[in-house]
Amino acid sequence: MNVDVARSLRPVALPPPGEAVVALGDAAFLADPVGALFEPGERLLVVADLHLEKGSSYAERGVLLPPYDTRATLSALGALVARYAPRTVLALGDSFHDVGAGARLNGADRAMLTGLQAGRDWIWVTGNHDPQIPQALGGTVVASLVHRGIVFRHEPGGGEANEMAGHLHPVAKVRMRGRSVRRRCFAVGPGRCILPAFGAYAGGLNVRDPAFRPLFPAGMVARVLGTQRIFTIADTMLLPD
Amino acid sequence: MSADVTPLRQRVPAAARETSLPAAFDAWFTARGWAPRPHQLELLAKAEAGRSVLLVAPTGAGKTLAGFLPTLVALTGRGPAPLGGGLHTLYISPLKALAVDVARNLETPVRDMDLPVRIESRTGDTPAHKRARQVERPPDILLTTPEQLALLLAHREARPLFASLQRVVLDELHALVTSKRGDLLALGLARLRRLAPAHTTVGLSATVREPEALCRYLVGVGAAEPARQADLVVVAGGAQPRIEVLDTHLALPIAGHTTAHAMADVYGAIRAHRLTLVFVNTRLQAEFAFQELWKLNDESLPIALHHGSLDVAQRRRVEAAMAAGRLRAVVCTSTLDLGIDWGDVDLVVNLGAPKGASRLMQRIGRANHRLDEPSKAYLVPSNRFEMLECQAALELVAEAAQDTPEPRIGALDVLAQHVLGMACAEPFAADDLYDEVRSAAPYAALSRDDFDRVVGFVATGGYALKSYERFAKIKLGRDGLWRVSSAPVAQQYRLNVGTIVEAAMVKVRLGRQRRGATGAPVRPTPGGRILGEVEEDFIETLSPGDTFAFAGEVLRFEALAANEALVTRAAGTDPKVPSYAGGKFPLSTFLADRVRGMLAEPGSWSRLPPEVAGWLALQRMKSMLPGRSELLVETFARAGRHYLVAYPFEGRLAHQTLGMLLTRRLERARLKPLGFTANDYGLGVYGLGDLSAAVALGRLDLAELFGEDMLGDDLEAWLDESALMKRTFRQCAIIAGLIERRHPGREKTGRQVTMSTDLVYDVLRRHEPAHVLLKAARADAATGLLDLRRLGGLLSRIRGRIVHKALERLSPLSISIILEIGREQVFGEASDTILAEAEAMLMEEASA
Repeated sequence: MNVDVARSLRPVALPPPGEAVVALGDAAFLADPVGALFEPGERLLVVADLHLEKGSSYAERGVLLPPYDTRATLSALGALVARYAPRTVLALGDSFHDVGAGARLNGADRAMLTGLQAGRDWIWVTGNHDPQIPQALGGTVVASLVHRGIVFRHEPGGGEANEMAGHLHPVAKVRMRGRSVRRRCFAVGPGRCILPAFGAYAGGLNVRDPAFRPLFPAGMVARVLGTQRIFTIADTMLLPD
Repeated sequence: MSADVTPLRQRVPAAARETSLPAAFDAWFTARGWAPRPHQLELLAKAEAGRSVLLVAPTGAGKTLAGFLPTLVALTGRGPAPLGGGLHTLYISPLKALAVDVARNLETPVRDMDLPVRIESRTGDTPAHKRARQVERPPDILLTTPEQLALLLAHREARPLFASLQRVVLDELHALVTSKRGDLLALGLARLRRLAPAHTTVGLSATVREPEALCRYLVGVGAAEPARQADLVVVAGGAQPRIEVLDTHLALPIAGHTTAHAMADVYGAIRAHRLTLVFVNTRLQAEFAFQELWKLNDESLPIALHHGSLDVAQRRRVEAAMAAGRLRAVVCTSTLDLGIDWGDVDLVVNLGAPKGASRLMQRIGRANHRLDEPSKAYLVPSNRFEMLECQAALELVAEAAQDTPEPRIGALDVLAQHVLGMACAEPFAADDLYDEVRSAAPYAALSRDDFDRVVGFVATGGYALKSYERFAKIKLGRDGLWRVSSAPVAQQYRLNVGTIVEAAMVKVRLGRQRRGATGAPVRPTPGGRILGEVEEDFIETLSPGDTFAFAGEVLRFEALAANEALVTRAAGTDPKVPSYAGGKFPLSTFLADRVRGMLAEPGSWSRLPPEVAGWLALQRMKSMLPGRSELLVETFARAGRHYLVAYPFEGRLAHQTLGMLLTRRLERARLKPLGFTANDYGLGVYGLGDLSAAVALGRLDLAELFGEDMLGDDLEAWLDESALMKRTFRQCAIIAGLIERRHPGREKTGRQVTMSTDLVYDVLRRHEPAHVLLKAARADAATGLLDLRRLGGLLSRIRGRIVHKALERLSPLSISIILEIGREQVFGEASDTILAEAEAMLMEEASA
């Protein structure tokens, strides 16, 4: 099912120079250093790979990680919602770490999610971790959707001209003067943007991993999440792990 | 407690003895031209009286035989071993190689005298079927390690296995008790006291500062009755060792760590002796010294290299060659510090400063095991500060002063591991286990609240948000006993036991260098020989094409593939990456105090080489020398930068933490610090703000800058992002069993593990900052990588005692610290700086 979220087509309000912009097709998204994209025209907020309840998923296997990852992830998402007041929130798949995750949400976290959904459209794109998302969790569930000529889906690699996806959890590694930094990033190339994972316990895959290569035949840049802003790092500066 | 002091070299003939040695033993000693030493007989007498003993003796005094003689005599008296007679004596050593070695050495008297004794060793390398058999049919004497003891105690058969235990022998106890392994062992001993209340314990130790503390460790605390206290037997040291600073006839460099200036003289000393051990403090120093010595080695003397990162097979070859007398020198790190008898060493050379008097003595003890002549050693300082440190160490050694560390406070992560192990063995009542645990000396002051939180952690993670009840690893039954909830939990415990968390290591594989038709190097083929392992942190600093010294060769780093560093030989070139990564051990508190004292007393400088005394005199003239309890802070400008240099002499780790915190404070004062450097003696912060002017104008108050309150909010804020703190947390999380240890075959890469524990750390710190695991990590940070305990001591020591000198130019003392800049530069840990620089590179590229 494809949902057209383009309700009112307005000219794109370009952000002031110096801000991190990810342009795809004729749309321009603001990249937020927390790891989300915001399209001001449609007030569309895009995040990927929340992996809610990853902690309790590990706990089932005897690894008793602190049970606060869902709260941490939803709090960060809540701060974004408060900042941008989006009309639509789009979660690009693997929003839940497994199909049982929704049932394990505790009352407070569930209430928090419901609160975030109130008064706006909420779209869950399904992912490999969450092929089904119970209706009880609110929002609209889709396998993918098209908006302004961009295909939004979980796993990248479709043949379309413009694609926005998650799934790979891109991180970039940079070294200067003997010290290295490894951070989550947006992997951006012609016609494609892969979002960083947003979940508190989501690990990362280095953008130099072979999985990224066929997706960016014409090269890519990493828009790396700093504490205050996004840093744009050239292909040549990116190191493998 | 009274200590019996016995002379070292005296032998006691049969007629002069009060204790009766069985005839077979007398004959055995006589046949070898030996007689038992007094302390060996004394330990026999103590054993017969049912006393536990701490034996303090120098290397080569026959400690091991002293420890086992009572067991051998008792088992002889017992007659032929009845089948399944039970475990009689348990021997614990810090090294598995030592356990195997001692087992082999014990076989000699047992075979010679045809004693009815079965001896076996048990290490991680022992095959599973043999380990299983050892539980079913235990040997009379079992030699093993603290980790294996923990596993045995967690076994369902632990109670019958240890019921017959008569004696526990702890070797190299001084080395064991200073780490988390010592905590684990102390908890194991507490359990043994429950399982076999009648057994006695014998500790074998080198000389330590507080033998009473070791005695408490041996027999536990809380037992007031004298029967449970340990007696102390001290063997007086041999001849005073002959230790000198190696005279190189060359002026000592002001800075640097390589000792390159002294290599010709070190080589000369090697030529003049049979077998020399050249000790260094780090692996990289070992590689450097080895390279330099071979450059000078015109005679091709057999000089070998030995350090912990080398491939095990390579290390074993060096050890075998050494024992066989085929080597003339071995360049080595502390992997050779302990235990095993390596042959006829007649000279010890310590490159760089010794960092502690007790460590120096133990290293020197490696020379001359025969003890009929004094040990001989040379110290080789690499710079003028190290000269001061060497001189101070010589004085402490001459006074036989010890600077072994304070007894430990037991770690909560180790306790968590133990609690799970005890639940695996049999159900436990919390009250009983709490009492048992507190009988272990490191845990004597453990609060009931902390104990209960640890039990809660083991059960369900111990989180305030109770959401894991149904995943509990241990459950409280209606009978009030805690028991393991499922078999996989016990399996998980067995896989994660132990307190040694390896740094993420990368295998170094030698590939063949092929060249393409154009002569351009082609990627080397994988599949070559593994040379050893290096820390991931070190590999991270290399770019393809960089050369570095490792395994005694100069190697070119080619690529990192599948967690292996692919390298090729780069013969004929000097390694490009500097071979020094800072000393491994920080300067001991005791030694630091002595160095400060030397600075304050010009009368003592006559013992120093003239260039060092002159350097100090110049410092007094150009700046000043602080009194013993003062902290000198100098500010000056140089080449467009402003510097603040302080000389606390508290060791590199404490200085690094101080540097991080000072940089934050200066940043808040808008004095634009750019970075800092630190070594064992002092630290220097540099930046763009004029610090002298800021002090003069009252904008910067040094007493406030160095105020003890920096250990409050500033520290907390820094810990949020500190990579060192995250590393510390990761180790606690693994030891406590929160996350699983890496195992060969099914391991993730160290990188992935690091990432996930970092994320866990961030979440836990934000949502439950008082969690018991964070408490454990903070306790580690206090003594470990951040050395907060020592920093706290420093800040309180210098309160009201800061002397400031605003200088026109840099001072003589500051040179060595300033020169560290560019070598061990630290920029704080704000990673955004790095990203901004990398981004700027893109801009340059774009505008070029």
